[in-house]
Amino acid sequence: MSVLIVVECDNGEVKKSSLEVASYGSQVAQMLGTTATAVAVGEATETNLATLGEQGISKVLYDNDSRLKDFVNGAYTKLIAAAAQQESAQIIVLANSNIGAAVGSRLSVRLQASLATNVVELPKMDGGQFVVKRGAYSGKAFSDVILSGERKIIAVKKNSMEPLHNAGQTATVEQFSAQLTDTDFADAPKQVIMQEQAGGILLPEADKVVSGGRGMKGPENWNLIEDLAKALGAATACSKPVSDVDWRPHHEHVGQTGITVSPNLYIACGISGAIQHLAGVNSSKVIVVINKDPEAPFFKAADYGIVGDVFDVLPKLTQAVKELN
Amino acid sequence: MKFLVCISNVPDTTTKIAFTPDNKELNKAGVQFVINPWDEYALTRAIELKEKLGGNVTVLNVGEADTEPNIRKALAIGADDAIRVNAKPTDAFFVAQQIAAAVKEGGYDIILMGKESIDYNGFQVHGMVGELLGIPTVAPAIKLDVEGNTATLEREIEGGKEIVEVATPFVVSCQEPMCEPRIPNMRGIMTARTKPLKVVEPTGEAARTQVTEFALPPKKQGVKLIPAESAGDLIKLLRNEAKVI
Repeated sequence: MSVLIVVECDNGEVKKSSLEVASYGSQVAQMLGTTATAVAVGEATETNLATLGEQGISKVLYDNDSRLKDFVNGAYTKLIAAAAQQESAQIIVLANSNIGAAVGSRLSVRLQASLATNVVELPKMDGGQFVVKRGAYSGKAFSDVILSGERKIIAVKKNSMEPLHNAGQTATVEQFSAQLTDTDFADAPKQVIMQEQAGGILLPEADKVVSGGRGMKGPENWNLIEDLAKALGAATACSKPVSDVDWRPHHEHVGQTGITVSPNLYIACGISGAIQHLAGVNSSKVIVVINKDPEAPFFKAADYGIVGDVFDVLPKLTQAVKELN
Repeated sequence: MKFLVCISNVPDTTTKIAFTPDNKELNKAGVQFVINPWDEYALTRAIELKEKLGGNVTVLNVGEADTEPNIRKALAIGADDAIRVNAKPTDAFFVAQQIAAAVKEGGYDIILMGKESIDYNGFQVHGMVGELLGIPTVAPAIKLDVEGNTATLEREIEGGKEIVEVATPFVVSCQEPMCEPRIPNMRGIMTARTKPLKVVEPTGEAARTQVTEFALPPKKQGVKLIPAESAGDLIKLLRNEAKVI
C-alpha cells in the first residue's frame, strides 16, 4: 500500500500546483504510515524531479518517452494506472487542473476508485471513514464527502495547500515504462499553441492576480493593469464582458464560465462584481476592489477597497509597490 | 450524426445558497432551477452541428420529475427528443453510468456536456463516461468542428490549447467560447410540448461518494476602505496586515 502522487511538469519544471499536490500526498502518506511515490508527466528533468524530496516524496517514476511531453488523455491515464498497480497505491492524489480532472475521472473508472475533485483540506480519517472537504456551489459552499472503497482519488484545488520545503531532502528518480502503444495516443494533439504570458506567470497557477473590467474603458489602457501586475509578480485577468468584446483573450476571463482562480491576492480594477464574476474568484484569500462607484456590489465581497478612478489609483499602487521593493 | 447532450438541473447562478437545518441538503425554498450554464454551450453547439450536418439531438438528464421543465426548455431551444433517467443524481459515477447505458442503447456519435455543473463543480462525468464506453474524451473543449467521422477540437490546457483530432464516437466537455448559447423562441416553446420525452429507470452500481455535510464559507469581515488620495497605503496594508505581498 502507498500513496501515489501525479506531478505535472512543464518545460522541465515541476508546476507550482504539483508542489502543493506532492505536499498534500506526502502528508496523507504520513497519516497512513506509508510512503509517498510520485509519477511525473510532461517535460521534466531528473534534477528537478529529485527536488520533490523537499515535498516529502521518496521516489519519482518518470517515463521520458517524448510522446508524453504534451498532454494525451489516453496515454497519461494508462501510465498512471500502471504506476498505481506497480506501487499498490490505495490513494492517488493529483491537481484539480484540466489535466488532473481529465485523467482522474478516467482513472476512477479504470481502477474502481472513488473520486473527489476540488478538495481543499487534508482528509479526516475518523471511525474508519475517509472524509474530504471540497468546494461546491461555485465557491459559495463546501461539502464533506465520504470516499468509499479500497481505492480513492483526490484532486486538490490549487492554492489550498502550503507546499512543504524540507531543505536538502531528495527523491530517487526511476525510469518507468507503461508499454504504451499507438492506440494510447488516439487523442494526441496535432498542435499545441501556448499563450503569451505576461511576465511568464500562468493565470491558473498564479498566487497574485490583477484583473480589469469594463471600467478600464478600452484595451489601450491595459498597460496600467500590466504595470501593477509586473511590479507585484502577478498574472493578469479580466471579466467576461471584456473578453466578450475581445479587449482581452478568452483565457484571461475569470468567472463562472471562465477560469476559476483562488490566489492569495486578487485585485479587481473597474469590475462591478456581477455574481458570475464572483463565482470565479470568491475563494481568493484577499480581495481588493478598486471602483469609482461606491455602490459596486464587489465591495461587499472585498477585504480592501478604494473608491476612486482606476486611472488615478493604479499608477499610485504601482509606484508604491516599486518603492516597497 | 447522432448527438447526445447531457444536461443537469442546477440552482440559478444568483441563488443565495442555504442548507436544510441538518446541513445535509440544499434548502430549495424559493430556489429557481435552470439548465447548468456550462451545459448550454454543449446543447447549442450540438444543435448548430445538427443544422449543418443533419442528424438528431437527444438531451439526457438524470433527475426526478421536477427537472422536466428544464428538459422541455432544452427541447424548446432545439433538441429533438429527450431522456430522463428517473433518479436523484447522487454522484458523478452514478450519473456517468446512466449516460453510458443510454449511449449503448441509442448508439450516439458525439456525447456532449458542460465542463462541470455550477452546483457540484465536479468536472468528472466526461472522463467517467469515456472510460465506461472505452472511447476518447476531450475535456475541456473550447472549439468543436466535425467533418465526416472526424472532429477537430481545441482543448484548453493550463497556459494554452491543444488542437486535437478524434474519430467518432467520443465524449466532449464544452466550455466558453465554443458558441453563443441560444434561448428558446416562441415557436420552439410551442413545438417542445409535443417532442418525445422518454423516462427510464436507473441502472448500474450505487454512488461511490456520499456528502455528509454542507457548510458555508466563513463570513468576510467587511471591506476596509482606503481613501483614493492615499492609495499607496493599500500596498503597506497588503504587506504588513494581510501579508500577501
